[in-house]
Formats: sequence, C-alpha cells, structure tokens
Amino acid sequence: MSWEVVIGLEVHCQINTKTKAFCGCSTEFGAEPNTQTCPVCLGMPGQLPVLNTVAVDKSILTGLAIDATINLESKFDRKNYFYPDLPKGYQISQFAVPIVEGGYIDIPTKDGEKRIGVTRIHMEEDAGKSMHEGLEAVSHIDLNRSGVPLMEIVSEPDMRSADEAIAYLKQLHQLIRFLEVSGADMEKGQFRCDANVSVRHPGDPFGTRTELKNMNSFRFIKQAIDFEVMRQIEVIEDGGKVVQESRLWDSVKNESRSMRSKEEAHDYRYFPEPDLPPLRVSQEEVDAIKAGMPELPGQLRKRFEIEFGLSPYDADVLSQTRNLAVWYESLVAAHPADPKRCANWMANELLGRLKEASEEIENSPVSAESLAGLLDRIADNTISGKIAKDVLDAMMASGSDADTIIEEKGLKQVSDSGAIDAIIKAVMDANPEQVEGYRGGKDKLMGFFVGQVMKASKGQANPGMVNQRLKELLK
Amino acid sequence: MPFSSLSDIKSRLDAGETSAVEVARLYLDRIAAHNDSLNAFVYIDAHHVLAQAEASDKYRAEHEARPLEGLPIAVKDIFCTQDGPTRCCSRILKDFHAPYDAQVITHLKEAGAVLVGKTNMDEFAMGSSTETSAFGVCRNPWDTDAIPGGSSGGSAAAVAAALTPAALGTDTGGSIRQPASVCGITGLKPTYGRVSRRGIIAFASSLDQAGPMTRTVKDAAMITAAISGHDSRDATSVDGAPSVDWLGACDATDMKGLKIGRPKEYFVDGMDAGVRASVDAALKQCEALGAEIIDISLPHTGYAVAAYYVIAPSEASANLSRYDGVRFGHRCDNPEDLLDMYTRSRDEGFGSEVKRRILTGAFALSSGYYDAYYLKAQQVRTLIQQDFIKAFEEVDIIATPTSPVTAFKLGEKTDDPLTMYLSDIFTIAVNLAGLPGLSQPCGFANGMPVGLQWIAPAWREDLILSAASAYEGATEWNSKVPAAFSSNGGES
Repeated sequence: MSWEVVIGLEVHCQINTKTKAFCGCSTEFGAEPNTQTCPVCLGMPGQLPVLNTVAVDKSILTGLAIDATINLESKFDRKNYFYPDLPKGYQISQFAVPIVEGGYIDIPTKDGEKRIGVTRIHMEEDAGKSMHEGLEAVSHIDLNRSGVPLMEIVSEPDMRSADEAIAYLKQLHQLIRFLEVSGADMEKGQFRCDANVSVRHPGDPFGTRTELKNMNSFRFIKQAIDFEVMRQIEVIEDGGKVVQESRLWDSVKNESRSMRSKEEAHDYRYFPEPDLPPLRVSQEEVDAIKAGMPELPGQLRKRFEIEFGLSPYDADVLSQTRNLAVWYESLVAAHPADPKRCANWMANELLGRLKEASEEIENSPVSAESLAGLLDRIADNTISGKIAKDVLDAMMASGSDADTIIEEKGLKQVSDSGAIDAIIKAVMDANPEQVEGYRGGKDKLMGFFVGQVMKASKGQANPGMVNQRLKELLK
Repeated sequence: MPFSSLSDIKSRLDAGETSAVEVARLYLDRIAAHNDSLNAFVYIDAHHVLAQAEASDKYRAEHEARPLEGLPIAVKDIFCTQDGPTRCCSRILKDFHAPYDAQVITHLKEAGAVLVGKTNMDEFAMGSSTETSAFGVCRNPWDTDAIPGGSSGGSAAAVAAALTPAALGTDTGGSIRQPASVCGITGLKPTYGRVSRRGIIAFASSLDQAGPMTRTVKDAAMITAAISGHDSRDATSVDGAPSVDWLGACDATDMKGLKIGRPKEYFVDGMDAGVRASVDAALKQCEALGAEIIDISLPHTGYAVAAYYVIAPSEASANLSRYDGVRFGHRCDNPEDLLDMYTRSRDEGFGSEVKRRILTGAFALSSGYYDAYYLKAQQVRTLIQQDFIKAFEEVDIIATPTSPVTAFKLGEKTDDPLTMYLSDIFTIAVNLAGLPGLSQPCGFANGMPVGLQWIAPAWREDLILSAASAYEGATEWNSKVPAAFSSNGGES
C-alpha cells in the first residue's frame, strides 16, 4: 500500500532590525558574550518592554508579500517556561491574535506550480544562547541574542514530500532576503526550521505527527524529513503507533532522537502580555508599506525572461536577491546592446569569481559600469571573450577598468590582416609537415593551426580573421 | 514640626525658617527613636539622607527651589533605587542592588526631594497586613499590636508616626488605600497609566500603580504632580493623558453641586458598625458641604475579589519567574542540577504567601483551566468596568468605606488567607477598572482610624482632590496623631 507524507513547517526568522524587539540593544552578530544587553533584555526587576516598530513594519511587509491578511489589531502574549537563557522566564510572543494571518507561497514542483498555505506570521523575541560544550559542571549563557526580534512563519500541512518542503523553504528564504526583512543567514541561525511530519495512506485522515526541531540547513532538513518518514512507516508497518513527540536531528549520526513526548511537553500557560497594549496599525500605514514593496522575485524573474530574453536559469539566478537584480539592471543600462551577454557574464563569470572570494554582489570590486566597459570591448572586437576573462580577473584584483588593463597589458585584439598573415606564415614555416598534411586533405589540422596562431599571438589575434586567413593561406 | 504636612514644611523651607538638613535630622532622629517599635523602615542610610539634604540646601541657595525641594519622602522597598538595596522585602532579593532608579524615583530626585529610605511591605506586595515581609512584621502606630495594613504598611506606619512627612506606596488591589485607611493617613492611587511603572518591581502589571501616602490631600497632590507623566519606556503609561491642576484642585472648600454616589454593595452586613457609622457621618458632612448623595448600585462588586485573585496571581506567576537564581537574587548552595537550582532557590527565596499566589496563578493559566479561570475573571473585570462607567453617567464621584474593618491584631488572620483577602473587598474593584481612588481619615472605630474612599472616573483625580480637600478642611480627622508617637522631637 502506498504512503503519503504530510509536512507542515514553522520557520523562525530573525527580523533584521538595528535594535532588539523590546529594548535599544544592538542586534549585531558575533559580539563578545553579554556585551549587547541591558536591564530590559536581562529581565531585571521592574523593567518593561517597548515594541520596536521597525520589526512590526517588516512583519507587515512579509505578510503583504505572501498576500496575507494584516490584522490591524494584534496582541502580545507571554509564553511561560523556565530556561537559563530565557531571562524573564517567559517569552513575549503573539499567540491568540498574530499580526499576519492567511497567505501562501507558490513553489515549483515537477508537476508544475503548487500553492502552499501560510497559516500565520507572528512576532516574538529570541532567547539567549546556552553553551555546554567543553565545560564541566557548569553552563555558560550569552544573552546578546535575548530579545532579538523574530518572525515565526507557520505553514499549513500542505507539503507532500521532503522536496516540496525544501522548495517551500527556498522560496520563503529567497522572498525574505528579497524583502530585506532578514539576513536569513542560516549559519548564524537567522533562519531556522521546525518540521511537523506525519504519514498516512492517501485519502485517510492525518496521521500522528512528530516535530523535528531547530534545523538550520536545507540539506539536514531534507535528510531529517526523509529519515523521519521512513522511521514512521517502519513503526506503523511493524504494527506500532507513531508517538506524538519532539525529535532532534543529529547531523553527525544522520538520525533523529526523541527530545520530549507529548506528556512531557511544556504547558506554556499563554496569557495576554499586560506590559504591552494591543498593537494597532492603521490601514494607511499598511497601504504605505504596500506602496513601498519592491518587485518580488517571481515578478522579476518573469520580467527578466520577457523583457531581456533571459533563459529561465539566468533569470532565476539574477533575481535571487534584490541587490543582484538591481545590479543586473544597472549593468544592462550601461550595456544595453546585449542583455543576454550581460546576464551571461554576470551570472557565470562575475558571480563565480565572487563566490570563490566569498563575497556578495554588493561588495564586488568591479562595478556594473566597469563590467559594462569590458563587455563593450568584446562587442567592438577589441578583445576576444577569452582574453576578456583574463581582463576580468585583473579587474577583480586591481579594481581598474577594462580599458586601462587592456592598454597596460597590451591585450588589444589583433585584427590587422598583415600582422595576422605574418604570424600565420611563421607558424606554417615552423610546421611544414602539418602544412603538407592539411594540403593533402587532413582538414582536421585546421584546429591545430588556429591553436598555434592564437598561441603565438598570445590570444590577441581576432579568431574570426585567423580562421579566414588560415583557410586562404593554406590553400 | 514632625506632624507637619509636607506643604507646611515646604513653606518653612521657602521662608528660610529651617533647612533641608535640619528637617532631615529631625526625621532621622525620630526614625532612630521609633523604628524599632514599628519596623516601618527596612533600610536607612543616614549619611546618604543628610548628603541629599545638604545638596538640596546648596541647590536652594543657588537656584530657584524645585517643587519638592528638601522635602523628605520615604519609598516602599518595591521601588528600584541605585542607592541602597531594593529587596521587595523578599529573601530572594536580599542582596539585590538595582543599577537604575525607577522613573518615579528619578522624578522625585528631579523635584528636589530627599529620599529617606526603604519602607517595609508585604513580600512582593502580596498581602494586606505587612506580615509577609521577609524583614519582620510592621506595626500600626495607633496600636503596636495591630497591623498597619498592607502591602504598603511600612509607608503608612512611617507617615502616621511622623517618621517621615510623606512616602510612596504602590497599589495593586488596595495596597496604598487600605494601609492609609487603617493608619489614619491619606493615600492616593492614581489612574492606571498616570504614573510610570518602570523600575517598580512588578506584582500584577495590569493593576500596579504607584502613589503618595501623606498627612494631607494637598501633599498627595504635590507628590502626584511630581511623579506622574508619560514615560516612553513604559508602554502602559498613557501618552497625552488628560492633565490635572493638581494643586488648584485642592483649593476646594465646599462640594456645592457635587453628586456623590453611595453604592449599596459597599455598605453591607458584616462590616464593622463603627466603620459604617464613621462613613455615614462623613457622607452627612459632605451633604452639609453642599453635595447631593445618590444611592447607586455597582452590581458586579461581589465578584471583584474572586476575579482579582485570579488575575493578579496569574500575572504575578509570570512576573516572578525571573527570580530563578540564574542572574541575580538568591541562589541555593551547591545545586545538583538545573532543576534543583530552580526549585531550591525559589523555595528558599520566596515566602509562603508568594508561593501560594504563584501556584494559584500558574494553575489558573494552565491548559484546560484557562477559560474557566483567567478568561472568566477578565470577563468579570469588563463587567466591573462597565458598572463604574454606568454609575458615572449618574454621579460625579463615588464614596465608600476604604476597608470594612479597622486594623486587626497581628497574627489574627495569618492562618486564614481567604479572610485576609477580604480586607481588600472595597478597594480591589478600583484597580480592576483602572480608576483613581483615594483614602482619607474620617473618624475612629474601636480606637482605630477609619478611612473614607473616593473613586472618580479615569483621569479625574481633580474631582477626588477637590472633594477630599473640602472634607478635610471641614473636619479634624487628618490632624489626629497616635499618642505614643506624638512627642515633638526624636526622643521616645
């Protein structure tokens, strides 16, 4: 009998504000432990939270981007539990009335686009970090992260495979980065995922679900879901029952283990946060945020394909982040003759080099105008595409523009037929056997001659002319 | 002088007849002489008090005097102060020093006040008798075998015995008004949102409000004027709250045209006959001053105590979670593991009443009980608010007894929490509705002071101050002093 997998996802995403959700402390990542704290985020007696409105605006923007309802009045609640990295003994969250409800994300699947429902997005504060490794009989706590604003984005149980779950996460990840509401750096824990997984026979009601906690890499999430699906199927096929529980993925052993069962689950004793009045936003504020919403990745991708004739692949690469798209459009503006050449050079050459250097597009040492200058020299045959790659390397290293480098290194393409003929003649003189062979009918030797001539010209000979003159002179 | 009002002392300071240092010395001497018999103060730093007084005299010499220049004011141990410990009279905070001042403390300092010390209170403000303090019971100056009320009992006793001319308290369910009533002084709980809660150790966040405890109505107005105002770092402090002419409101000498509501639910069988007689007489006096007494009903009054004892403990159960032994406050010795550290630190640090309320609150919020308790209590709260809104369509202000009884004996109700909770039966609804309330002395029963409570619509402290000033001007109750403490100087 066949099995159907049912997956719902909860994503915790750090909202990229300068200051924390309820106090003025910095949210900068990587500071010395406990240097970005104050009486509020330390949970000291008598201290009170004051809501960061930037976090509110960014949550609303995210809601608008998934076509959701923005609740003009939402509420904060206290989620109570004891843990040493939770200073107040409760987390301020939104439980009963979140700021965003109902939305969707369309994901690509092998059967075409599929719509995944988003139940809600609510705001909450992060806890600090507990550190146990390498310590004996004590734990250390870093409260720099305590009070950092998060959005929790909860999906409907609409996904039917680990691949769909990953596709959803990637769409969401891209969207969030695009909206610039989060750095969404998974290594820094800015985009973390819990997966609710169950299996059933198609047509049956939902099976008992387990929750896979706190995964922060697409690869682990896929492995964890696949493992969990197999585990549940085995349990049921062996005549057992799936137990509702939270499970933790061990990425070293490639297996999940039980963290706590339903019976051990916390009773969070949610109740309205009396220190914060209900959060009210006006329709005008929501409209203003909507008016400022950037073109979304899907819209951009389609426009790039239609307006610039890009392949779906290039269009996708260049619409991954807002900075990439903006960069690409400035490149096209500076080199309007050939948007496809722009896409090709940016996606393959520039981004490849940036990736090697672990740099983002916004830190590219070569500006869009500068890359356009290089593309102009290819277009007007000053240099060949091959030489251009070397020029780009030099531009990356020095920051100089293409013309300067071409001039300094004398890389100008040779299109003077006299000069090219001279090189060809020298090559023919040096290789009389091959000349004879070619003339005797070995056409394949043409490639050899082209190579030799290009080599002798240090790549600067115009390849088209080399071909043409060789054919002439070898006759 | 010790029993002078704050405004009298201010006049003498302004006239150059005395100095802040002289005033401070007088009260420090009285504290030294009398505090042992009352235990009203749990912390005093005489040097620091004198240093503030000296600084105030210097300031006065060089600048125009500020509104509370050189005036001694004591504060309940619930207000965080950078100077000295802030312990909320709990063992769990026995070594706690706040690195910040509560906003109201900042206001007092900016107004030139001299902060006298920390007064005794029920642990975490949970109590009606100041018997749950970790630093020993506080006593009533009118009868040192009787309770001073609570939770701001130390502030009330200190003012009543003139160990300080004025003090700050906090009021969550009556903790300013009830001790003011049983100690024979004046206490004002402002409208919720009038005074910043920042830096005041939270008991029940939706109910807590700080206010003055004084010898006269005008003194209460002077202090409230100084401590009130929007605080951008307290989201529940209201921005653009209707302002009040605090001192001007105290000029009233009659009640002509004032419609006073007399809620039948506050004049019930079982209340002390002497209390009832005093309050009835007070209302007669109000009529004589030109007021019209109108019988009204606040039909949901009977549910107020039950609703309060769900809402306040629920909020408290979360507010007190931060005392976990991790970052500050008491931590048990040699914990075996995390759970042991939590449970033993909290078990050793909290007293039994605090534990009772944390448990009550955690229970009321727990899954499966939330709707039956917390949600129901919030619905009752709404009904109580509506009771008042309806009543105020008919009357300008409401007058009631502050407490159904006078001060009972120490230990009399400590084994019976439910009876103890009924001490606040007439004060709690005001907190649930977020309204301003004031208690002022209106007579004696069984030799102990009786309090008259005024309740006004939100933001109408002016109505209260006017009515209470007119009543105070026409009577002598507020000038009565407890005989055992009535000598002039510091000698006992």
